[in-house]
Amino acid sequence: MTERKIVIPGEEIAKGDDFLPGENTEKQGDSIIALKYGLAEESNKLMRIIPLSGVYHPRRGNSVIGKVVMLTFNGWVIDIGAADNAFLSLMEVPRFVNKDQLEEVMEIGDMMTAKIWAINKRGIDLSIKDRGLGRIDEGIITKINPNKVPRIIGKEGSMIKMVKDETGCNITVGQNGIIWIKGDKVENELFAKKAIQFIESKSFVSGLTDEVQKWFKGEKK
Amino acid sequence: MAKEFIRDDGRKFDELRPMKAKVGIVPNADGSAMFQFGDTIAIASVFGPKKMHPQHSQNPEKGTLRCNYNMMSFSVEDRIRPGPSRRSTEISKITEWALEPVLMIDDYPNQVIDVHIHIIQASASTRCAGINAAAMALAHAGIQMKDIVSSIAVGKIDKQLIVDVNKYEDSVFDEGEGATDIPFTFTSKGKITHLQLDGKINTEDFKTVMQLAREGSKKVYEVQKQALKDAINGGKE
Repeated sequence: MTERKIVIPGEEIAKGDDFLPGENTEKQGDSIIALKYGLAEESNKLMRIIPLSGVYHPRRGNSVIGKVVMLTFNGWVIDIGAADNAFLSLMEVPRFVNKDQLEEVMEIGDMMTAKIWAINKRGIDLSIKDRGLGRIDEGIITKINPNKVPRIIGKEGSMIKMVKDETGCNITVGQNGIIWIKGDKVENELFAKKAIQFIESKSFVSGLTDEVQKWFKGEKK
Repeated sequence: MAKEFIRDDGRKFDELRPMKAKVGIVPNADGSAMFQFGDTIAIASVFGPKKMHPQHSQNPEKGTLRCNYNMMSFSVEDRIRPGPSRRSTEISKITEWALEPVLMIDDYPNQVIDVHIHIIQASASTRCAGINAAAMALAHAGIQMKDIVSSIAVGKIDKQLIVDVNKYEDSVFDEGEGATDIPFTFTSKGKITHLQLDGKINTEDFKTVMQLAREGSKKVYEVQKQALKDAINGGKE
């Protein structure tokens, strides 16, 4: 892993013309300045900052979990925890829906998984034209800080796979920090939730996978 | 100017009160921080960026920064009436102006960033402590910023210039010319985003005041920087 450094806004993270400014950085004179609080990372001479706290910033292609807050004449308004509400158009539903029977697909208060299809000035557009997307019928929902989602998933999904195997639950992690856990027993679902909360609280520990393995061993006794 | 001037609380003229700072103290906020100058303690919590409501207050060109400075009723010796007052409204506005130049607020159109500052214990320089805490809390909330601001007050009691005014020096002292209070806010690169003057001072002295404030703000900046770094894994990589 490349070396990472904690930086604060306004701090110089690299000097000279050898580096290029990446995400959340800016070039001022011949030095690269941090614009956000987080970890500075260098890869192929490109400096970027990974933020560690704050609200969710939606990106195109993100899989998210949200709640239906309103029905309009041609779609649903979904709260995904971002500053803007997201909109799921009737056109983005993979089957035919009668315009006056939107409730049959999703009602106000339903949770659903979706993909961010586009972000424009007016807001965020969602789509459920993919396998596994759409209304959530059963299971439990838990929330974590969206910046800690990469730690929950782990390297190539190693962490989430371990939690899935240990608890026997099916877990879907939205990029916005909302997690859907579905198992055959409520006890297993709650156990998975507990595991996720443990990972979130220990998210800065290096060698986290081993730590979580140990935690599972202790809990199983 | 006497060489060995010792203040009421035993400090040298350019010595700051012991400072303390901590990040992430309000779990429900998107970003939060505490900043302490001796007996003055400020807590700042940031909510947002979120959608501005009511809709007619939205600005499609850039985001809005909304600060709210509040002194707790028990923060001073005589209980103060809770709720907004002439003074707190003014300081809220001042705080907004001190912070806005470093925020990259253009990135958040139609959105608002709420900053709530609570003074839980007051002994002068509350606006400085509030601005320092707010700057840290904004960084903690993951908002794009050009820089961090550090605030410090320089004062004058009779003819002696002092850094980081305390309650006695600000309000009780009344010998000779009386007390003067000059709060400053600097970016880490030494640019001024806020300056106020309460009292009177001549232009010669003011040059020294600038010098003292600049040096004091550097000490504040170091404390803020350390607190932000310590918030992640105890400062380790």
